[in-house]
Amino acid sequence: MILKVEEKDDVVLIQVKEERLDAHNSGELKNQMLNLFEEGKNHIVIDLQDVRFVDSSGLGALVSGFKNASARNGNLKLCGLQPQVKSMFELTRLHRVFEIFPGTDEALDSF
Amino acid sequence: MKNEKIEVDIKVPNQTRYLSLIGKIGEDIARTLKRYKGDREELAYHINLVLTESMTNAIRHAHEGDPTKEVHLTISIQESNLVIKVYDQGQGFDISKAPMPKFKCLDEHGRGVFIIHSLMDSVTYREFDGGHVLEMIKAL
Repeated sequence: MILKVEEKDDVVLIQVKEERLDAHNSGELKNQMLNLFEEGKNHIVIDLQDVRFVDSSGLGALVSGFKNASARNGNLKLCGLQPQVKSMFELTRLHRVFEIFPGTDEALDSF
Repeated sequence: MKNEKIEVDIKVPNQTRYLSLIGKIGEDIARTLKRYKGDREELAYHINLVLTESMTNAIRHAHEGDPTKEVHLTISIQESNLVIKVYDQGQGFDISKAPMPKFKCLDEHGRGVFIIHSLMDSVTYREFDGGHVLEMIKAL
């Protein structure tokens, strides 16, 4: 899985450079986030701009990151959701859980 | 075309790396359904999704991740229905008995079955030939 990870002041921006975030690759995103939490980096933005498809495992990995960040007084926010991906968050009511921004700048500025 | 008949029969190893291949086949079939009056791109996404979710359940739950096993599935157009069958050779994973997700409780798992039930018109799971078959039907 291709993830581009950049530190922007206190926030880590993870860009998911994959067309799909699914049961095959979402474990890698989860592990990447766990590594960041171990390093004490608890403010995360995940940019899903390139992701056209997300399944329940992909959503589960994001929920895992959100719960871990929150438990450490941090936050995990999302940006760049394509319409079909956004509809998955709505179907599973997760759009009420995550803070979702149009682009990376808005998401980074919100911290 | 009134009597447009399609049946695709696929067998792949019990590995998640084949999810995107199967999902794409489902999407392409959905895009050919000229009789479908709704949003065909949305239908394509939903078919990709239910194939991905049901295959993942077969791979991880019914087959317990055993890479020597095989997932067999068929996608067909029967009259005005799109029918997807996913066969497993395992102990079974009865999705009709899986609990609904608790939306207020942030669980990492348990959304796949909910997604399948939400997007398909009929979902059944039964014993078949020493294993099981999950049948999902979408009215077109």
